[in-house]
Formats: sequence, C-alpha cells, structure tokens
Amino acid sequence: MSETKNLLEVRGLKMHFPIKTGLFAGPKRYIYAVDGVDFEVKKGETVGLVGESGCGKSTTVRAVAQLYKPTAGEVMLNGKDLTKMPADELIKARKNMQMVFQDPYASLNPRMTAGDIIAEPIKIFQKRGLIDMSVEDRNDRVEQLMEKVGLSRFFKNRYPHEFSGGQRQRIGIARALALNPELILCDEPVSALDVSIQSQILNLFKDLQEEFGLTYLFIAHDLSVIKYISNRVAVMYLGLIVEIADSRELYSKPLHPYTQALLSAAPVPDPKVEAQRKRIILTGDVPSPDKQRQGCNFYDRCWKRMDVCKQCKPQLKEASPGHKVACFLYHNPD
Amino acid sequence: MTDEVILQVRDLKTYFKVDEGIVKAVDGVSFDLHRGETLGIVGESGSGKSVTNLSIINMIPSPPGRIAGGQVLFHGKDLLTMPADEIRKIRGNKISMIFQDPMTSLNPFLRISTQMIETIQLHQGLDKQAAKEKAIEMLRLAGIPAPETRIDQYPHQFSGGMRQRVMIAMGLSCNPEILIADEPTSALDVTIQAQILELMKDLTHRLGTAVIMITHSLGVVAGMCDTICVMYAGRIVERGPTAEIFEDPKHPYTRGLIRSVPRLDQEHTERLYSIPGQPPNVIDLPDCCPFYPRCDKAMDICKKKYPAQAQFENGHSASCWLYAKEATNV
Repeated sequence: MSETKNLLEVRGLKMHFPIKTGLFAGPKRYIYAVDGVDFEVKKGETVGLVGESGCGKSTTVRAVAQLYKPTAGEVMLNGKDLTKMPADELIKARKNMQMVFQDPYASLNPRMTAGDIIAEPIKIFQKRGLIDMSVEDRNDRVEQLMEKVGLSRFFKNRYPHEFSGGQRQRIGIARALALNPELILCDEPVSALDVSIQSQILNLFKDLQEEFGLTYLFIAHDLSVIKYISNRVAVMYLGLIVEIADSRELYSKPLHPYTQALLSAAPVPDPKVEAQRKRIILTGDVPSPDKQRQGCNFYDRCWKRMDVCKQCKPQLKEASPGHKVACFLYHNPD
Repeated sequence: MTDEVILQVRDLKTYFKVDEGIVKAVDGVSFDLHRGETLGIVGESGSGKSVTNLSIINMIPSPPGRIAGGQVLFHGKDLLTMPADEIRKIRGNKISMIFQDPMTSLNPFLRISTQMIETIQLHQGLDKQAAKEKAIEMLRLAGIPAPETRIDQYPHQFSGGMRQRVMIAMGLSCNPEILIADEPTSALDVTIQAQILELMKDLTHRLGTAVIMITHSLGVVAGMCDTICVMYAGRIVERGPTAEIFEDPKHPYTRGLIRSVPRLDQEHTERLYSIPGQPPNVIDLPDCCPFYPRCDKAMDICKKKYPAQAQFENGHSASCWLYAKEATNV
C-alpha cells in the first residue's frame, strides 16, 4: 500500500478554542484542543485515531472536515488545501469527504423519513446545480443505498424513531455514501452500539470499503475496535499524536509509554489472559489542555519520565521505517 | 469467596406497564451470591441487568413498574416483602450501590462531607466528628489524595474518575456485605477504568465484600468476576464460573457474544463473527426461546417452548434446547 498516493495530508494542524472571559478578565486564554498534528491517509486504507476523551480526536476530524476553521495548518485533500479554499470550491471538495457520527439518535433529523435523510446530500448538490439527477434516479439511488447497508427499501418512509440504534447507524452510513465520496470520516461510529450490533456495523464498514474502495479516517476509544478495522493507527494524547504506526506493529511493539499503558489497561475478554497480564496503571487523570506545556505533554503521568522530558517537547520522528514516535527514549533532543 | 450463601434470588419477575402492553423486563431470574464472591451480570442494553439489581433492593419505580413475583432472600429474609423502614436499614448499609454516572448520583449542591457523613451517622450511630474521620479514612482508602481538604469540596471539583472513587468510598463506608456496581466504569476512559477496577478489586477483597457487577463489557468481567450470568431478554440464559463460560460457552448467544468482540491480543485475519438481527422487543414476548430468530442452531421446538435449564459440571448451567438431555425438569 506504500506506493499508493496520499488522499489526505494533514500538516501542522492546530485548533485552539478561545475561553469566554469577561471584558476586563485580562489576556485571552485558549483551549489547545489540537496543537500541531501531522499525518497522511493513503487511498484505500483505514487510519485509526485512538486516545482518551479530551485528547483531540474528534476536533482533529472536525477540523479536517472544515466544520471548524483550523487555527493553523494545512488539510490537503487530493493535493488541494481545504483551509484556503473559497466557500464554493469547498462545497465541491466536500462531496468527496463525508462523515458518520457517533450518536445515531442525535445525528438524524427526527422529522425526516429515512429516505429523505439519505437523499438530502444529493438534493443539496442538486440545488446548487452540481449534480444532475432526475427524481426517479434519485429514488433509485436511495433504494440501492439502503439495500447496500442492509436495510430493506420498504423502510424508506419510516422515521428515525422507528429504527433501532444499529439500523439508525446504517442510515447514517447510507447518507455518507450518497455522494460517492472517496474519504469517510467516522467519529466513534460504533461506540453507542451493543456488542452484537457493533460487530455487524464493523463488518459493514469493511464490506463497503472492499466494494467501493473507500478510505476511512476512523475514531474510536476502544483499542480492539481500532485494531480490527485499521491498517495504520495514530495514538493521540492532549492534542498531539504521540505514536503512529502500522496497526500490527503498533499493537505488537508499542514504543511510547502512553501507548504501552493504554494497551495494558484495555481489558481482554479472556480470563486466562487477564490473570497473567501485567497492568501499567497510570496515576492521575488526563490534564486539561488549557495551557501549552514546555516539555512533553505526557510528563505528569509518565512512568518512564526523564529530566529532559520536562525541558523540551519531543517531536514525532521515525524510530523504524513507518513507525513514528514522539518520545526521548527513542531519539535525542535536538 | 466462601460457601456461605448471603443472597438468594428466586424466580424474580419485574414487569412494567406501558401503553403497548406489559414489558417483562425481568422474567424469572434466579441466582445465588456467596460471601466475598464477585458475580458479573452481562448482557446487551434492555436485557434486564439493571432492573434485576434495582429489584433486589426494592427500588423499582412503581408505577409503572411492579415486582410480579419471586423472592430475594438476604440471610433468609425476603427483601421484597419487608416493611419500608426495615429495608431502609439494609439499603446503603448492608447492601450498597454504585452507579454508572457518578455526577448524577452525587448531589451537586452538597459537599462530599455532608453526603458521606449522612450515611455513616445514620447507619453506624457515630457522632459527627467520628463519622467525618471515618469518611476521611474511606476516601484515603479509595486513593483520593489529601482527603482532609478534598472532603469539604463539591462534586464538580472532582474529575470523573475521582467522583467514581468517592462513590466507591461512600458505598463501602458502612462495610456492606454486598456492593452492587451498575456499569461502574462505562463512562470512564480506559486508563481510568483500569485504576477504578483495580481499586474495587483490592478494596472488596480486603473488606470481604461480595460484588454484583453489571456490565456490557466482556473484558471487564473476564478480569474481575468469579462467576458470570449472561442475560438475554429478561432471563439468565447461561451461568457458570468465569473460566468455564469463556472456555466452553454452552448457549449459542454466549458463544456468539464472545466471538463477536474484536480482540486486542489476536490477529484478525478473517471477518469478525456477528450475531444477525436485533435484540427482541420484550413487550408481550411469547413463551418461546427469545433468541431463536438470531440463533444459528435454532430448531422447531425453540419456537414453541422456553427451554429448561440444563446443568453441567461446577455449577455451570444453560437454558437451551441443544442440551435437552441434560435438563433436569423437562
């Protein structure tokens, strides 16, 4: 897969949110939700983003989709920078990039039927004259999409409340597919689902990828889900990517102390394995990203910290081919 | 874990009346809990895990709920028929509970001290000063740094993981015999979850508390529990020692559930197994096996009658027609 071109390139992406303060509250403060993230997604692959709540996974994905205007950095989709695009061009670019959200209850309009929800992206582009499609063709397309994601086309006129959580997520996926995008951004699409439904949806994602050659940027906090779905995995902590590698490599040879702790903390559904595993229990909570740190973001909780980690910020560098890590255990400070 | 049975649940039935009919949220659940045992109840949403445990301490909102039958024997006394003032002495004292979301189970208007001292004073008859000391000691046990100052703070000044530690300290402050934990780590991050589970394991082990752990995560039960009950559509479909449930699951649902979880410690070369279909609606469920529409081993009889419980070795049992020969009371 190394020969294929980069579909998405993210360079130095930063997203800072101002904290609302009063008129005389002094200097403006920020939440540094994403603070300089670089990665690329190749055509046809799945890149997984993992991390704990508040680490900036969702913000990264939303900044990529231009739902937020990034503070700094570039988001190149097919070689074109989305952050500097005028609005009318951005709409065309977005046709190639769709999203699936976490909460299948909140992400579907309760007043629209399933058919209308799936047809809406097409209608929006029709209204702007970017797609030419007759009403019959559009209806056919909706029915075809519903069957593709495993919903009967007879459910077209039903409302979201008449579907179960798993079925709603299927509607959300069909909507994302409506415009034939290359890239789908998935923000925790299986976290709200039950175990038996979760595996159905994960398999659906895989089948659709095979059939349409889709590329996924996939967020989950469940490490085993990410392992199953991804080719490459990026681990985020406090607004930065701390490690990125091939999925198999990352899970068998995690380098960053945070990745190691994260992997050891995730429970395995096998009592024999659980009885033998050694856990690295991190102390403390994830700190708030309301200040920029001089040293490593993970310093406070790290179980392998050194003096240098407090002074300098480690950069994301290659430790072995294709395996990048931001930690002074593997490279010296400049 | 000893052989002494402290809690016996016998054929518990809890029904809710809704416009569409009667929801049989819990429909004939029986299990025993031994002193010091950690029992896991797993199942998907709507399988009746939480309702079972609310029924045990008689906290079902009524109406619309109603405990339609069965017994919950705590040291031989039925909690379901006990007068209200007597059960109040048991709730929070001998049997305490911690919930999924620590923010909604702590009162945001009251200091931690007020909330903790209240319980301790009420149940242990200590004076205010002694109760406060006890509360501080419990917070320290639960791993809260500087408990002397933290105790006078409000819930919003604690993080999610810290709040759950407070809940655990509170739940264990009266030295209960049974701690019911309803999805105690589902709202927490992985690294915090590991901290909290470790704390619960350590504390309950030290204090000899029996735990009923409700969760949807097979990973959590694998590491925590001695015994597992698997629930589906309001009934326990399989029960047994943790090692056996994972090694030799008998019920097709348990088997499917274990196979459909992606594993951290294995390479995935093939497709993930998935159970087809949806969990059933528990309104007016006919008297058949509720799993048969999704079961890959369904037979004709499954559509007609609910299977009897089949017994295997080591207290392992399953309700499935595949084991009709082993069933005791067909």
